[in-house]
Amino acid sequence: MIRLTGINRIFEVGDEKVHALNDVDLDVGAGEYLSIMGPSGSGKSTLLNLLGLLDRPTSGTYYLDDVDASSLSEDERATLRRDKIGFVFQFFHLIPRLTAFENVELPLTLAGVEPAERRPKVEAALESLGLMPRAAHRPEQLSGGQRQRVAIARATIMDPPVLLADEPTGNLDSASGSEVIDILEELNHRGITLLVVTHDEALGKRAKRRIHMVDGAIVEDVQQTPS
Amino acid sequence: MSPEDTLRFGYRSLTGYPTRTLLMLLAMSIGVTAVVLLTSLGEGARQYVLNQFSALGSNMVIVLPGRSETTGAAPPMVGATARDLTLEDALALYRSSAVRHVAPLIVGTANVSYAGLSREVMILGSTAEMQAVRELEMAQGRFLPPGEAERASNVVVLGAKVKREIFGNATALGEWVRIEDRRYRVIGVLSDKGQSLGAEISDTVFIPVASAQQLFNTEGLFRILVQARARESIPRAVEAAREIIRERHDGKDDITVITQDAVLETFDRILTALTLAVAGIAAISLGVAGVLIMNVMLVAVSQRTTEIGLLKAVGASGAQIMRLFLTEAAMLSLLGAALGIVLAYVGIWILGQMFPAFPLSPPNWALGAAVGISLVTGLLFGVMPARRAARLDPVQALSRR
Repeated sequence: MIRLTGINRIFEVGDEKVHALNDVDLDVGAGEYLSIMGPSGSGKSTLLNLLGLLDRPTSGTYYLDDVDASSLSEDERATLRRDKIGFVFQFFHLIPRLTAFENVELPLTLAGVEPAERRPKVEAALESLGLMPRAAHRPEQLSGGQRQRVAIARATIMDPPVLLADEPTGNLDSASGSEVIDILEELNHRGITLLVVTHDEALGKRAKRRIHMVDGAIVEDVQQTPS
Repeated sequence: MSPEDTLRFGYRSLTGYPTRTLLMLLAMSIGVTAVVLLTSLGEGARQYVLNQFSALGSNMVIVLPGRSETTGAAPPMVGATARDLTLEDALALYRSSAVRHVAPLIVGTANVSYAGLSREVMILGSTAEMQAVRELEMAQGRFLPPGEAERASNVVVLGAKVKREIFGNATALGEWVRIEDRRYRVIGVLSDKGQSLGAEISDTVFIPVASAQQLFNTEGLFRILVQARARESIPRAVEAAREIIRERHDGKDDITVITQDAVLETFDRILTALTLAVAGIAAISLGVAGVLIMNVMLVAVSQRTTEIGLLKAVGASGAQIMRLFLTEAAMLSLLGAALGIVLAYVGIWILGQMFPAFPLSPPNWALGAAVGISLVTGLLFGVMPARRAARLDPVQALSRR
């Protein structure tokens, strides 16, 4: 599903060069559940942005679903992002003036799907996350957990094979946090490839495969043996 | 993304920030109002002057003593070298078949008095033909009697205002008024037709041209008004007037002939240029509105950084984001233009109520130009912010809250 080879990402901050990713190799199979952990500045968010095609590596190759993503143009990457990748962010990033329904609908709208086709899909997604009664509410009228669920619905509305979550519970209380994790894991059970970036040890340990990063390099890659 | 969805998205973001949207609409509509209103005023002034000219009478050719190279300018002063135009000169013009009427004119001011009331009035000495040439309407009685122009009969036709001021509501017909030291019998009163080119007809009196020659002790005419048979015969009439007078003035080309068309054309040109200049000035305010739109769109882009980052994350291409922002700018411009046109029409209606005599209506090109310019400025000034939005780095955009 995902194959990174010899990935480097160097930022230039003023005169200094920051080596955010240092020769990273990573293979992720379809349907895997990965957690990426590490201290701040270890490059885990940079890795996630690269995986999500929001950023490009300075060198190295990235195959996503057998497509060489590092050679694509900006627009091709946008299309690939739309079809193959779902994002869940720490700060939800819902558009404040749109309703929950419209926020979930957004990727379909951008993809040019007909309104008549969009409606049942969005309704089904909201229904499955128990958000149907909140469909017409704007984000400010929703609780944090509800907002993150709307974000998850939006991330999965295009049926992407890969779901990237950046500190998905970072802004939630523990009850709604575990609720969100349950939903993500449920999606993984149904076959989605799930990558979670987190500080939270407890959350990280739930993943079957755990990656630990320090200073832009993967220092630990543990496959949890089913017990 | 379908056009409807793009429009809907733009609409939602316009309604999502109502203050910003209203301010921009206001700026745009003021610009459009200025363009439409000012061009209407310019166009109105043009129409007004044209109407005034046609009130002078139709197919008119004016013959002035003295040679002048300018056309359509103010009549030249009677030069010392120029020979006077005489009554005989005027009557000779009838030799041309292109001429229908000839009305000689002598102008002067004199005291008109009746029963102790006295007023300084402009005296016009002319013949019966003047009525046809200037299309004068009578309120009472008749105009100067037709017949021999050389006969100095003591009759007078009063302008409406002069009649009012000297006689009040009393009957004027048949009364004798005194002009300077001569007595004239009132044979007619002009109707209050209005004014033409500043010289208010109602504030004048007409006496036979020969009487005026005696009164002012002059042979020379102030000018000769010639009415051509038709519009097409105006050039022939002009040519004939030149030739006949040259022949009579020992081969000297010492007159100036002005056609109404030449004067009209000049005024038309001047006023059209004026309208365009005023429209140009007003267009500057549209430009200012454009800069404002750019400014506000730039603020919108930085305000909505995370939104743009998110749109990119869920698969919007740079081109799509650019289109979204340009659509927003275009919607603002068009709405602003529509609002501006409504405001302009309200303004025109109010001015119309205040000055009913002044013809006010925006020329069609001004409406089109106003909408066009506002759309172009909106898009032009919208491009920069939209490009900035399209190029935004999604990683950085999303790293903020």
